[in-house]
Amino acid sequence: MAVTSHAQAEPPKVDLREPPSWRRTKNQIVTALMVFAFLLAIIPLGFVIVTVIAKGASVINWSFLTSEIPVNTSPANFGGMGPAIVGTLEITALATAIAVPLGVLGAIYINEYGGKGILARIVRFMSDVMSGVPSIIMGLFIFTLWTLHFQYSGLGGALALACLMLPIVIRSSEEMLKLVPDSLRQGSSALGATKARVTTTVVLPAAAGGIVSGALLAVARAAGETAPLLFTIGTVTAVNKNVFSGANTALPLQIFSNASSPFTGAQARGWGAALTLIVIAFVFMIAARLVTARFARYSH
Amino acid sequence: MSSLTRADSATPAESAHPLAQRRPLGDRAFAILALTAGLLVLVILVLIAISTSQQASSWFSAEDLSIFSRDWDPATNSFGALPFIYGTAVTAVIAVSISVPISLGIALLLNEVVPQRWARPIVYVVDLLAVVPSVVWGLWGILVFAPWIQHIYSSIASGVNGIWVLGFLFGGQNISGASFFTTGIILAFMVTPIITSLAREVVATTPSIDKQGAYALGATRWEMIRGVVWPHSQGGIVGAVLLGLGRAMGETIAAALVIGSSPTITSHLFSPGYNLPAVIANQFGESTGVWRSALMGTGVLLFVFTIIVNVIARGVVERSARRARGA
Repeated sequence: MAVTSHAQAEPPKVDLREPPSWRRTKNQIVTALMVFAFLLAIIPLGFVIVTVIAKGASVINWSFLTSEIPVNTSPANFGGMGPAIVGTLEITALATAIAVPLGVLGAIYINEYGGKGILARIVRFMSDVMSGVPSIIMGLFIFTLWTLHFQYSGLGGALALACLMLPIVIRSSEEMLKLVPDSLRQGSSALGATKARVTTTVVLPAAAGGIVSGALLAVARAAGETAPLLFTIGTVTAVNKNVFSGANTALPLQIFSNASSPFTGAQARGWGAALTLIVIAFVFMIAARLVTARFARYSH
Repeated sequence: MSSLTRADSATPAESAHPLAQRRPLGDRAFAILALTAGLLVLVILVLIAISTSQQASSWFSAEDLSIFSRDWDPATNSFGALPFIYGTAVTAVIAVSISVPISLGIALLLNEVVPQRWARPIVYVVDLLAVVPSVVWGLWGILVFAPWIQHIYSSIASGVNGIWVLGFLFGGQNISGASFFTTGIILAFMVTPIITSLAREVVATTPSIDKQGAYALGATRWEMIRGVVWPHSQGGIVGAVLLGLGRAMGETIAAALVIGSSPTITSHLFSPGYNLPAVIANQFGESTGVWRSALMGTGVLLFVFTIIVNVIARGVVERSARRARGA
């Protein structure tokens, strides 16, 4: 081996790399800064998630998930968050039932009927603007319009959450409808279908995967919102199965009140509620990703 | 309605044939249903403005502009919103100044540095920041982050006291973990995913032929970014920053927990303060009469501010997107 390698004349080495210079160093510094920016973003995320899991997991057990909410002064292993979990699930479900059909219809108007007309452009622009309206404003709005006249109820909270979800659902559904090829619409129109039939039986099924995943992301966002519920659902310590009447409660509200409490037992229950809430939001996000991966027929 | 008929005339089904003249009832009903859902957005926005302003009328009609005074004390019936407006501006500006460099760094990292198969997991991780609910950021902020960072604030403050600009901003006696600056940091984490994803979309529209041209001329990656990507994306990035600013102004619950709840106007960023959404969240439940009307009024102010910021931001984003398509 050694003999053969010595026998061949070694070719002259040419270094094609750029010689070290200030320009190259500057490039490396900037690249390092970009990586550093990413680290800066994920370090707090890691801290929050680790803290919530560490402090939350120690209080979560079956009785925590089902028991009634105790007074703030009681110790950590006493009572639980049952009513808040039930409340969060039923209020978010009702909000979804209100916002998703309306949002999809709104998107159908913008993309299928409005086209490039001025009204459709205004509606699209305004739903973008509406998605920037703070969630607490939605709470105040439903408080003046609904709660002042009909008392606290889960329905009021659901209406406020629906106001928050509506623009998100409209814009994500619209993006998905845009991806459906025009040839599908033209084909079914040519077969004599009315526009409503084309939309409901051809366009919507083709975009269903994307619409569902967008809706799930909106649900994940709404489930964690506190401010719209603050003035609209009141508070209770026992499970209220009737979402349409009587005061209710929700996980974010309980976390909010427990976070400002000086009692360690209440704080521990707050961490438990936070972990439960993150898990719920996370499940919806994973579901959205799975739906996107499995059913999205047309994508970017 | 004019846009409706115009759109329909374009479809093949609507020909001049007499049989096609009348559309079936169900078809028209569906069109009207869709139009109603679309108009709902406009109706809700108008209703928000009207109903909340009505509730706030007794505060808005107060004499001698006391609504913009700097005293807020429900005990003496003085309701001036200036401390909250100031706090909203300060916390939102801190949040955006921290978040923008981070977001731009991540956006450039994703688009120009890492290979495609790495980009996806990085996007997922950054989006996780948005999945953590506002109230959980607040819980962590007040129970873990604020007590920890208070020591850092104290040592910074004792170091800079007396040095004029630094002492002015970071000095003061009333150092607290729950402060303007803590709120700004927490809000920065919360708006980073939004600014990042918008900036990424903008940066991604840079024509690759321009980028390759810069590389062919011997530019390093940084020189390419400065010479090609930055001029192309400037407008869109300004829009993204404004949208982040609007979001930071309206974030309620996290701010309500970590801002320190003290309606004061001070240049010391490490001191407790207050902002518009936080005061509504904290005081609305116990308020009555003029107090409640004043809180409604601060809500109207917040609504107007965020609408203005969002309209400008969306305008900027749309204009730069149009220009990017045309280029």
